[in-house]
Amino acid sequence: MEQKVGSFEVKKGLAQMLKGGVIMDVVNVEHAKIAEDAGACAVMALERVPADIRADGGVARMSDPDMILKIMDAVTIPVMAKCRIGHFVEAQILESIGVDYIDESEVLTPADEAHHIYKHNFKVPFVCGCRNLGEALRRIGEGAAMIRTKGEAGTGDVVEAVRHARTVLGDIRRLQNMPEEEVMAYSKEIGAPFEVVMETRKLGRLPVVNFAAGGIATPADAALMMQLGVDGVFVGSGIFKSGDPARRATAIVKATTHYNDPKILAEVSRNLGEAMVGRQISVMPEEEKIATRGW
Amino acid sequence: MKIGVLALQGDFAEHQSVLEYLGAEVVQVRLPVHLAGLNGLIIPGGESTTMGKLAEAFGLMQPLRQFGREHAIWGTCAGAILLAKEVGRDQPLLGLMDITIERNAFGRQVDSFEVDLSVPALLEVDPVDRPYHTVFIRAPIIESVGKGVEILAALEDGRIVAARQGHLLATSFHPELTGDVRFHRYFMELSK
Repeated sequence: MEQKVGSFEVKKGLAQMLKGGVIMDVVNVEHAKIAEDAGACAVMALERVPADIRADGGVARMSDPDMILKIMDAVTIPVMAKCRIGHFVEAQILESIGVDYIDESEVLTPADEAHHIYKHNFKVPFVCGCRNLGEALRRIGEGAAMIRTKGEAGTGDVVEAVRHARTVLGDIRRLQNMPEEEVMAYSKEIGAPFEVVMETRKLGRLPVVNFAAGGIATPADAALMMQLGVDGVFVGSGIFKSGDPARRATAIVKATTHYNDPKILAEVSRNLGEAMVGRQISVMPEEEKIATRGW
Repeated sequence: MKIGVLALQGDFAEHQSVLEYLGAEVVQVRLPVHLAGLNGLIIPGGESTTMGKLAEAFGLMQPLRQFGREHAIWGTCAGAILLAKEVGRDQPLLGLMDITIERNAFGRQVDSFEVDLSVPALLEVDPVDRPYHTVFIRAPIIESVGKGVEILAALEDGRIVAARQGHLLATSFHPELTGDVRFHRYFMELSK
């Protein structure tokens, strides 16, 4: 009875356990406990939520391992942490302290403008962002065991999250309706590994779990993404930049479970206090958008 | 046969597809009303604290306990935690099975593993004796079992990872992820 650790099955499996749940950004132990009490299925430990990273400017890096370790001690749910795109040494550090998932994230300042991390070399699983099917399947080819559509982090505007989810799901529908002799040319067109494209075509969905992220700020936003067909949601700035984080966090968890029940959605949406102020993406200068990071 | 899967959070869709493959009619259970007319219920893998809090918030704890007194329930991983009497920390539990659970017993995600197990009880549904391939993900173990609880599988070091008490079934691992349907068939027999 030999035990095998760090296999792709085991990495992908943890993401399957997160399905139907909400993963919340937290910046300290107090936030992490509020998130766990609200029913978060995991937390993302980071020093600043995306809205603050935007406001502060400068280079955004991996968080202090000490802060991540304190959060790992404080909660029993899985703890994720972010490293910069292509920064495999930050990833090695996060793996060595035992985080449960690494987000190779465009929210931080990229360390490599041509390459992502070769994620198959790690025992810890990775989640990566995407805007379309090609990007998702390139990340899976590199070893990502979970995908999230990017949206536009730190804005509280759900429009990009919707665009990216519709694009990925629409691309998969197109792929399924294509005769198989066209798949090679399609793989070339979207820049994705042929075998992974074929597998996606057969499954009719991404071969790994697919969450939505970037701009989700209300229970209705979370339910919208679930009805569009994602497996769960990340909420970053939307909770702890709102007037009553504990109440909003609980409401978003309930809305993600009962995403198809408008009566429950109405009930949980009542009296949540101020939502995060937010920034409208359609009037945002191109150079401020972070979803374009990733290659 | 009509089997429910608790669909509050977790990998309920994976259970659903195995059950449908085996010919069961499947109902996703999110509210007490969804329990009506079911022959059995699976509580899937996921986060036990998340499921427990949602079950409390939507008035499911008592109805689930009532259901478990008369019908088969199978908990995989987080589901096994919810079925237990004791887990060594304060969280909502159904307390239906006389077992004590240790959560995250193997460490963190980097310690999650795959292993082949011997599960003699599966011979009841399939006479061909062969190992059962299992996936353990941030898995709990069953620390101890009370009287009337049968141990179905253990690791080489003796730690218990599957147990049955009458029509109640608990596994630390995830038969819904590996494509071997013998455990689901075993549970459907319990649900008859």
